[in-house]
Amino acid sequence: MELTEKHKIFVDNVSLRYSDGIESLNNVTMPVIANKINVMLGPSGGGKSSLLRLFNRLNDLADVDFVEGRVLLDGVDVLNPETNVIELRRKVGMVFSRAVVLPMSIKENLIYGLELAGIKDPKKLEETIETSLIQSALWDEVKDRLDDSAFALSGGQKQRLCLARVLANEPEVILLDEPTSGLDPISTLKVEESLQTLKETYTIVLVPHSVNQAGRTADHCAFFLQGELVEYSSGKKIFTNPEDQRTGDYIEGRFG
Amino acid sequence: MKSSNHLIRAKRIEKIGISFLTGITTLTIIPIILIVGYIVYKGFPALSWDFISDFPQNGMRDGGILPAIVGTIYLTLGTALFAVPIGIGAAIYLSEYANDNFWTRAIRIAIINLAGIPSVVYGLFGLGLFVYFLNFGTSILAGSLTLAIMTIPVIISTAEEAIRAVPQSFRIVSVSLGGTKWQTIRRVVLPQALPGILTGVILGLERAAGETAPILFTVAAFFLPRLPSGIFDATMALPYHLFVISTQVPGMPIKIQYGTALVLLIFVLGMNFAATIVRSRARAKREW
Repeated sequence: MELTEKHKIFVDNVSLRYSDGIESLNNVTMPVIANKINVMLGPSGGGKSSLLRLFNRLNDLADVDFVEGRVLLDGVDVLNPETNVIELRRKVGMVFSRAVVLPMSIKENLIYGLELAGIKDPKKLEETIETSLIQSALWDEVKDRLDDSAFALSGGQKQRLCLARVLANEPEVILLDEPTSGLDPISTLKVEESLQTLKETYTIVLVPHSVNQAGRTADHCAFFLQGELVEYSSGKKIFTNPEDQRTGDYIEGRFG
Repeated sequence: MKSSNHLIRAKRIEKIGISFLTGITTLTIIPIILIVGYIVYKGFPALSWDFISDFPQNGMRDGGILPAIVGTIYLTLGTALFAVPIGIGAAIYLSEYANDNFWTRAIRIAIINLAGIPSVVYGLFGLGLFVYFLNFGTSILAGSLTLAIMTIPVIISTAEEAIRAVPQSFRIVSVSLGGTKWQTIRRVVLPQALPGILTGVILGLERAAGETAPILFTVAAFFLPRLPSGIFDATMALPYHLFVISTQVPGMPIKIQYGTALVLLIFVLGMNFAATIVRSRARAKREW
C-alpha cells in the first residue's frame, strides 16, 4: 500500500509491545481513509485499541515497552518524540467505551477542551456548545438544562455528550473505542446515525462493539487477530467476500 | 436431625458473637463520654467572657487565659502556613508525578516513619534546628516550624489518599481532550480531592494544636502577661498552660484547670467537627 492523498492516517509497519511482555501489534500496515468510517474489527486482545491509542498518543500513559514503525497523520509521523501531543490530541479526538463525563455541568464538559486551549470568547463558546450538541443529536434533550450536572444524564445521553465534547475541539479525526458497548439499541442507533453525518466533515475510526455494528457502519474494514492485521479492504468486500478464511470464520461467528 | 441441631447451635453461637461485639464496641465510647462529660462538668463553671478575654492574674490563679488562646491560634495558623502547601505539594508529586522507584519508595517509608516519631523528639529536633542552629530563639516561628514538620506526614498521607481516590478515567479523558498533566490536576483532580485533602489538613492541624511536647522547648512561655508581638516572640499556648497550672503552680483553683482543659477541648473538637462536616457534605455531593 502506498501513501496517497485520501489517506488521512497511514499506519506504516507498526509493532508495539506492553511491558508485561505481551506482543500487542505486529508489523501492521494500513491506511485510514479520510471522510470515511474506518472500522477495526476483531476479537478482544487483538490490538485494535492499542493502535487506536497510538493515533492520539494516549498510549503514552500506558506501560508501553516498545513501539516501532510510523503513524503518519497528514504525512507527519505522530510517533516522533518531538510531536506536540497536546495539539495532536485536539486534532485526533477520542470517545471511550465507558461514557466518562467529567464531574461538572453539561456546559462545562462541552467547553472543557476549549478552556484547556485558552479559548475564552463567550460568543465562540456559546456557538460551539450549540453546534457540537446538534451534531451529536443531543441539543433538543439538553438545551434547557446546560447548567445541570452531566451525571444527571442517561447512559446514552452521556455518551453523546462525550461525542459532543470531542466535536467541540473541532478535531479532524474522531476515534471511537466501542462507543456503544454500554448503550441500549436506540441510543446505539442514534450514535451510528450521527457517525454517518459526521463522516462528511471528519475522518472516523471505529472499533465496533459487535460484528453486526461493523457490518452496518464500515466503509473500510481492517480485521485484527492477536496483534496481526489479517485483512484490510472495503467493508463491503470483508462482509461479502473475505480473502482470508479466518476473517470469514470470525464474521460468521465461528469463533471470537 | 443431627444437621438441624448443628444449625441451631451455629445460629446461637452467631447471636452470642454479635452481642459480644456490640458490647465491646459500645464500651469504647464510654471513655470518650466520661472524659468529655467530666471536663465539661468541672470546667463549665469557670467559663465566662472574662475567662477567655482576660490576662492571667495573681500568679495565674485568677483571671483569664487569653494569651494561651491567642498563642494556640497563632501556632495553629503558623503550622498551617508551612505544613499545608508543603504537604499538599508533596502529595500531588507523590501521587501524580513520581515514578515508582527506589527514591520514591524511600520517601514513602520516611513519611510513614515520621508519623510514628514521638512528639517530644520533634520538640528536641526543633530546639536544635530552629531555636539554636537557625537562631530563631524560642519563638512562634520555631514552634510553628516544629509543629509543621510533625503535621506534614499526616497531611501528605491523607491528601495522597484523597488524590488517588479520584477515578483514573477522569484523568484519561482530560488528557485525551488536549489537557496537560497540570491542567488535568488543577481542573479535575484537585477539585474532586479537595474535601478529602481539607479533612486531612484539619485533622493534622488539630493534632498540632493539642500537642505539648513539640512546643515545650521551642516556643511556649511559662507566663507571659502580654500578647506576642511578632513571629520571633515566645507565647503561651493552651496545652502547655494546662500542664503548667496543673503541676507547677501551688494553690491553683481546680476550676481554672478544668476551664482551661475545656477551652482546649472545644478548640480541638471544634476542628474535628468541622472536618466531619466537610467530609459528609462532600460525600453527599459527590457523583462518582
